[in-house]
Amino acid sequence: MTEEELHALRARALSGGPEKYRERLASQNKWPVRERLLRLLDPDSWVEDGLLAQNQAPDLAADGVVTGLGRVHGRPVAVMANDPTVKAGSWGALTVEKILRIQEKAYDLQCPLFYLVDSAGARITEQVQMFPGRRGAGRIFYNQVRLSGRVPQICLLFGPSAAGGAYIPAFADVVMMVDHNASLYLGSPRMAEMVIGERVSLEDMGGARMHCTVSGVGDLLARDEAEAIRWGRQYLSYFPDNYQMMPPSYPASAPRTEDWSGVIPANQNQPFDMMQVIARLVDDGSWFPLKPLFAPELITGLARLEGRPVGIVANQSLVKGGVLFCDSADKGARFIALCDAFNLPLLFLADVPGFMIGSRVERQGIIRHGAKMIAAVSEATVPKISVIVRKAYGAGLYAMAGPAFGADATLALPSAQIAVMGPEAAVNAVHYHRIQELEEDARQHFIRQQQESYQKDIDIGRLAAELVVDDVVAPEELRRECIRRLTFYEGKARVFSERRHPVAPV
Amino acid sequence: MQAIVASLAGTVFKILVKPGDAVKAGDTVVILESMKMEIPVEADASGVVQEVPHREGDFVNEGDPLVIVS
Repeated sequence: MTEEELHALRARALSGGPEKYRERLASQNKWPVRERLLRLLDPDSWVEDGLLAQNQAPDLAADGVVTGLGRVHGRPVAVMANDPTVKAGSWGALTVEKILRIQEKAYDLQCPLFYLVDSAGARITEQVQMFPGRRGAGRIFYNQVRLSGRVPQICLLFGPSAAGGAYIPAFADVVMMVDHNASLYLGSPRMAEMVIGERVSLEDMGGARMHCTVSGVGDLLARDEAEAIRWGRQYLSYFPDNYQMMPPSYPASAPRTEDWSGVIPANQNQPFDMMQVIARLVDDGSWFPLKPLFAPELITGLARLEGRPVGIVANQSLVKGGVLFCDSADKGARFIALCDAFNLPLLFLADVPGFMIGSRVERQGIIRHGAKMIAAVSEATVPKISVIVRKAYGAGLYAMAGPAFGADATLALPSAQIAVMGPEAAVNAVHYHRIQELEEDARQHFIRQQQESYQKDIDIGRLAAELVVDDVVAPEELRRECIRRLTFYEGKARVFSERRHPVAPV
Repeated sequence: MQAIVASLAGTVFKILVKPGDAVKAGDTVVILESMKMEIPVEADASGVVQEVPHREGDFVNEGDPLVIVS
């Protein structure tokens, strides 16, 4: 090969697929794959493997996937990025091999791995070479499972991720989906109509909005590719390169406001916006929500306290009263495992009436879903602070890292109430027969009297007297208290139990 | 016609609209009581109330229509 020939081969590989597909990108609100990489990575940091893959074939530039190493915030990352202009980003045998190799590189280098996905799935014409074997597509998912919890795996979804390919996002830690362009599905609408007779649009079946609000496979719904990429870079700023490192610190900033007046209503039954509490705790501008549109009765997100990353799990009483459901329990369990894997301390903000009851949720398996969150909270050995903001009733207390669940500290605000159930339900449960026997006037008087006495019993002053909580703090003191405590807890021993692995509820 | 549905199982505590009322997306139309919490249910689209199929005190399951708007 002459040097001229090399330049020609390179130029052809770098240009991607046929011109008609490249020209179509702009009208689809898509950037070319190399533009995506340019935006994701620090300038002049890129080294590429396999650029010349399939260079003898006229229309398979790099075999439809770009793989290599670059830097984000100066830190090394591995990247695979589908090229949608090359056979719609579909996977041939060498596409799969390139993906496997960059995964194995991330494993060895212990660096984060970005998946920039825009792919129609398997190339059926190459299925024998790319689908079933030891180095077939299945190995991509096997590798993802091996990488899970070892290094951050971040998926930016710019287009379809179809059939088998749909599992890449599922095994990633986090998935940013571009609204209207990203989609995820096992069978296309055409296939659904043929095989099961269902008629459904792509957007309804597997669109970005559906996955970010209903199925929960997507984490964040991006307006466009620029936003998805910006979020990908920002997400990484909360995480270490791998499980053996601590997350990076950034310069501290004060919260947006520290005025707590009127934030927490006195009436326990009245919903309020927990985001107002978070805004008063975390460094201004540091809040990064995960799955904000899915099961929003539970807030999960990343933030910084005095420059140090934390994961926050908080009940949002504005939605469904902050009651925990199957989806919110799953969401909480996943987020807790994520933070625990990468050494992010957990801050729980509890205002929870409990897990939902009733026949509907029992049939959905609320018990086993709730068990997942309680298992995750038990197994998490990162520093855990549980703050009882208002009510913490029933197993809701357990799911929010109550005292029995290895919390390094259980702090209560003066408005806190901890109990098996709230006063109304408890008085009715304990005195049911008596209440039935009484005449109307006497009944109301009796109920009120019993509720008041119950209220005294679960008052936080009494629970502090019994050492149920470690301290009661005023809202204005909470941020400083958490920051100071976390500096002591960061060196804590992190062994939970000796065994192969738990038999986890699913 | 579009139904504003119960976000969770509970008792209809307060109905804040009646047929003929105009509602905007984000307006609270019904307050449910569930798990001893007051749960506001908001309109997800604007329109005119056609029907309110339940009365205060009724039990409703998750997904049951509370207010029909068009």
